Amino acid sequence: MVLINGKNTSADGKTVSQYLEEANFNPQTIAVELNEDILPKPQYGETVLKDGDVLEVVSFVGGG
Amino acid sequence: MPTKEEWQNAFAARHGEKLQKVFSSSVVAVCGLGGLGSNIATALARAGIGKLILIDFDSVDLSNLHRQQYKASQIGKYKTDAIVENLCEINPYIRTEAHTIRLTEENALTLLSQADVICEAFDNPQAKAMLCNLVLEKLPQKFYVAASGMAGIDSPNLIKTKRVSKRFYLCGDGVNGVGESDGLFASRVMLCAAHQAHTVLRVLAEEYEI
Repeated sequence: MVLINGKNTSADGKTVSQYLEEANFNPQTIAVELNEDILPKPQYGETVLKDGDVLEVVSFVGGG
Repeated sequence: MPTKEEWQNAFAARHGEKLQKVFSSSVVAVCGLGGLGSNIATALARAGIGKLILIDFDSVDLSNLHRQQYKASQIGKYKTDAIVENLCEINPYIRTEAHTIRLTEENALTLLSQADVICEAFDNPQAKAMLCNLVLEKLPQKFYVAASGMAGIDSPNLIKTKRVSKRFYLCGDGVNGVGESDGLFASRVMLCAAHQAHTVLRVLAEEYEI
């Protein structure tokens, strides 16, 4: 299980890119932290989620 | 006009001498001077932050006045010039460094290098994501206070501050963006700006938990 935005999710074995696409996140308006470290965008495709990982996807909406 | 010493004493009497010393020696960057940024900058100037780095490329427009800290007489001025004018009326001893420029991946690291804390106060979600990724990747020693979700007339109590990771805070309701039906209201935008400004003060006071 991977803890994604506070919820246990069975995303083990998927790459971050695969998860983001399935969960309908727009890669242009997010920042992703894996185990409390920022994950640079070029690494989304090569980073495979493992059991026990903590993933935080911060999604920005317009307005300010 | 009070002298600088009288000013410092008045601030120290309100905030405590130790904390005021920290505030007055701190540098905070405000990226974007719209509804969030103009209100954040105003709160930080009132708190006696020593220096503000203020960045925006835009000019004051009639459509901004319903939520931004500008005046009808300032329509057409660059927001950087208008906010510096307003901040100096509030606190004549504040130091400001204004940049009338669009913040990009190319110029951000140089413009933000002196800041102890960086506030993101853009309205565009792509720009918000760009700066967030850039600062967290390239300036990991800075504190970063971002915002997402303060549009519409939804409950004020949904606006919160979250500590996403050690040096990264996110304020807002997280969901209410600007759409065709969801306008921005000064009161709700100011709530989010107040969360950001207060998070800056708490970080400077070394109160890191929410």
